[in-house]
Amino acid sequence: MPDLSVNFAGIRSPNPFWLASAPPTNSGYQVMKAFEAGWGGAVWKTLGVPIINVSSRYGSINYRDNRMVGFNNIELITDRPLKDNLREIEEVKKYFPNHAVIASLMVETKDEWHRIVKDVENAGADGIELNFGCPHGMCERGMGSAVGQEPEVLRLIVSWVKEVAKIPVIVKLTPNISDITEPGRAAREGGGDAISLINTIQSIVGVDIDNFVPYPVVDGQSTNGGYCGPAVKPIALNMVKNCAQDPDIQLPISGIGGVENWRDAVEFILLGAGTVQVCTAVMHYGFGIIREMIPGLENYMREKGFNTIDEMTGRALQNVKTWENLNLDYQIIAKINETKCIGCQLCYIACEDGAHQAIGLSNNGTRVPYIIEDNCVGCNLCALVCPVEGCIEMIRTDDGKKFETWKERTQEGRIPTTFNDPLAGGLHHFVPEPASALKK
Amino acid sequence: MSEYTPPINEAEFDNNFEQIKPLMNDTQAYYESSRCLFCYDAPCISACPTHIDIPLFIKQINSGNTMGAANTIYNSNYFGYSCGKVCPTEVLCEGACVYNLQDVKAIEIGRLQSYATSQAISKNKKFYDIPEPSGRKVAVIGAGPAGISCACELRQSGHEVDIYESKSKPSGLTVYGVAPYKITNKEALDEMKYLQDQFGYKIIFNTPVKSKEDFEELERKYDAVFLGIGLGETSELMIKGEDLDNCTGAVEFISELRTEQYRVKVGKKVIVLGGGNTAMDAASESSRMGAQKVILAYRRSKEEMGAYEFEYDLAKSVGVEGMFNVTPVEIIGNGKVEGVRFAETKIVNGKPGASDDTFIIECDMVIKATGQMKQKSILDNIKDLKFDDKGKVIVNAETFQTSNKKFFAAGDMVNGGAEVVNAVSEAQLAAAGINNFLKYLD
Repeated sequence: MPDLSVNFAGIRSPNPFWLASAPPTNSGYQVMKAFEAGWGGAVWKTLGVPIINVSSRYGSINYRDNRMVGFNNIELITDRPLKDNLREIEEVKKYFPNHAVIASLMVETKDEWHRIVKDVENAGADGIELNFGCPHGMCERGMGSAVGQEPEVLRLIVSWVKEVAKIPVIVKLTPNISDITEPGRAAREGGGDAISLINTIQSIVGVDIDNFVPYPVVDGQSTNGGYCGPAVKPIALNMVKNCAQDPDIQLPISGIGGVENWRDAVEFILLGAGTVQVCTAVMHYGFGIIREMIPGLENYMREKGFNTIDEMTGRALQNVKTWENLNLDYQIIAKINETKCIGCQLCYIACEDGAHQAIGLSNNGTRVPYIIEDNCVGCNLCALVCPVEGCIEMIRTDDGKKFETWKERTQEGRIPTTFNDPLAGGLHHFVPEPASALKK
Repeated sequence: MSEYTPPINEAEFDNNFEQIKPLMNDTQAYYESSRCLFCYDAPCISACPTHIDIPLFIKQINSGNTMGAANTIYNSNYFGYSCGKVCPTEVLCEGACVYNLQDVKAIEIGRLQSYATSQAISKNKKFYDIPEPSGRKVAVIGAGPAGISCACELRQSGHEVDIYESKSKPSGLTVYGVAPYKITNKEALDEMKYLQDQFGYKIIFNTPVKSKEDFEELERKYDAVFLGIGLGETSELMIKGEDLDNCTGAVEFISELRTEQYRVKVGKKVIVLGGGNTAMDAASESSRMGAQKVILAYRRSKEEMGAYEFEYDLAKSVGVEGMFNVTPVEIIGNGKVEGVRFAETKIVNGKPGASDDTFIIECDMVIKATGQMKQKSILDNIKDLKFDDKGKVIVNAETFQTSNKKFFAAGDMVNGGAEVVNAVSEAQLAAAGINNFLKYLD
C-alpha cells in the first residue's frame, strides 16, 4: 500500500490534498467537514485586515455543456472577525490533530505581520501561507499581488514574518508577472520555507453583451477578477515546473491551479509539487470529490511502483528541456485506423485549413481520409481533433539511432543561415500553389 | 391486452398520442447541441433532401443564436418545424450521423430543428423581405408541403400567389395524414400561420379545382400554375366485402382521426392490411385509440415490408401483432365487418397471390393501407398533361415543368408518395423552374 502522507516543509498531513485558501475554507464548519470527507489539509481563508465584500462575486466560463471550465472571483479575504477564525482554528486542531491547518495571512505593516503570526501560532496552526497573490481589490490597497509583483517587497515581508514565526512559512506566488522564478527566489532569500502557486490570474471572464458590462456584475459595473479552475492548469503546471527547475529556489512547492481529480494532482506532483491545493473543484462539486482523488492517486502509485509522494515529486522534470535540447531527428507521422474511423473528416479539414495539407479525401465512396505521408510533419493536430479514442496514431518513422539538437548543431556550426540553405527546415515541405485554393 | 383505453376527451387523446419527439427545453437543446462534432462535408446535410446546413444550425443553437439557427433551417426548408417532427430522421439526417459508426447515440437533429424553429414561430420572427410586386400571378393547387413551399419561394420573387385548397385547413399531410404522435394539429397549423404571415400568399379554402373549366379559368387568370395535389383515396382491393361498414382506407381513417380526434371510434379488434409506413401508423393509432387487439396483416414477409424498421418497432411497442405472408381474399360480414378471410400467400412469377388454403380471422374493423390512387381523373382535365405508365404526371427532372408548359408539379403526385421533406425539396426546385419560365414569358 503506497503511503500518501506527506511532510511538506515540516507540515505533516495524511495526504497531499489540501484545500486552497478560498471560500471552502471560510469557517471551521467547512474545514471539519472537509477533513471528515478525507482532505489532508486546509489553508484557511486569508486572515488580515477588515474588508467589505461586494455582491455579486463570481463569474465563469462554460465550454459547450461543461460548466465552469474557468472560474473568476472578485471576492476579498475573509470578512469574519479574526478572533472567530482563531477560535475555530483551535477547535479544528483539537478534532483533527494530524491534519494540516495552514493560516493564510495578509496584512500591511511589520507590526501587524508580527502580531498576526503569533495569533495563528497560538491558535495551533501548523503553518502559515503568505497571500502575495490576490490580484483584485487587495492589491489596490498595496497587498496581495502588489507584493507578489515586487520581489524586493516580497523578500522584506517574508523576512519580517520569519523574525517571529516558529512554524513553517509558505509564500504564495502570483502568476501575474513575467518570470515566476523572480518572486520564487525572493521567497527563498527572505527565508521562506516553501512556495505555493499559482494564485489566480487577473482576468475578465466574459462580457454581458446586452448590457455592455463584464461579469460578474456589481450594480451595472464590474472589475477584473482572479481566474482559476481547469482552464488555468496548463499555466500553473508550467510555472510550477519553472520554479522546480530553478537551482536558486529549491523549496518545497504546493501546486495550485485547476486540480480536479487524481490525474491533475499527479501531473503537478510529477512536475515538482509536494502537495496540491484545490478550490474551484470543491466550489463546483463539494468536498466529496476527494473520494475520487485518493483512490485514484493510490492506484496510480501502486501501478507505477511509487511508495511515497516524495518518490514521485519532480519525476517528470528530467524530461522537460528547453526547445534547443530536443531531438531534431525524431520523426512521427499520422496513421488513421480505418476500422475505427467514423468519417467525420475533422482531421482532414483541420490539417487542410489549419496545418499542413497532409490529409486527403478519397473519391471512392468512403469517408475515411488518408494521410499524405510526404506532407505529414507529425504535428499531432489530426490526432487531437479526432473524436474517436485511438483512431489516429502517431507512428515513429525515423530509426531512433540519431539524436541531434539545435544546440549541438549550433555548437558545430551546422544551423541553416539562409532560407535556401539545404539544412533549413521548411525547404522540403510540400505547399500547394496559392491559386489552387480557389478551385476548392 | 391494450395498454390504452379509448380516449373520451382531448386530454386523454393527447395522452394516448404523446409526442414521440417532444419539444426540447433550453437545457436539453444546449446539451444536445454541444455534442455535435461539426463534421466536415457533414453526411447529415447530404442525407437531407433539402440539404439544411445542419452542423451550422446546431452550432448556432449552441452559441445562443437560436434565431440564426431557425433562419438557417428556413433558408433550406419552409417546413422546418414540421419536418423536425415528422421526418423519418432515423433514415435521413440522424441515420447519417457519424456517431452511429461509433455506437454513440446520433445527434437528435429533428428535435433540435424543431426547438430552433419553434422559437422563431412563437416570436413570429420574420426572416424574409418580400420584394415589390413583379406583376406576375401564379396559382398553386393544394396547400400541402409542396404547394406552401412553392408559394413561399415564389413570393420571394414578388409574384402574387393564390393557393386553392379543397380542405378547410392548410398543411396537407402534416394535419391530415401524419400520425398524431408525430405532430399535433396546433403545431402544424402554427407553422402554416407563421409562413403565411411572413410570405403573404392567399389561400382559398374549401375550393377544389377539378373540372376542365376550373383549370381553363386558372390558365386564363394566372401566368403559371403549380400542382401539388398529392395522392387520392385508398385504392380498392377488388375483393368482396370492401363496402361493409367499418372497412375503411388508412388515409381516410387517419384524416378523420386528425380532424375528429377522440370522437373517432375504432373497433375492439382491428385488422390493418398493408406493410408500408401508413399501415404502421394506422395500426399504432388503432391501438392507441383503445382497440383491444390490432393485427397487421401483410402479404409478404416481415423483411419485405416497405415500412421503416423503426416504424414497425413503434407499432409493436404499442401491442400491434404482425401476421405475414397472408393475402386477404374476402372481408366477411353482414352489413358490418365481422372478419377477414385470408389465404396463405403463394408467390407466382415473383408476384404474391392467394393459395387455396384459407382461414378466417374475426375482427370488427378493417383498415386498408394498401396504397393510394393517383388523381388521374382530375388531372385528365388539364390540357396536354402526360402521364407515365403508373399514372404519375411526367415532369422535367430539373424544372418540374409538365408537358403543359404553364403547369408545374411536385410532391406525392409526381414522386408517387414520399416524405414531407421530399415534397418541400421538389417544390423549391419547381418554384425555381416557374421563376425561370416567368422570366422568359412574353
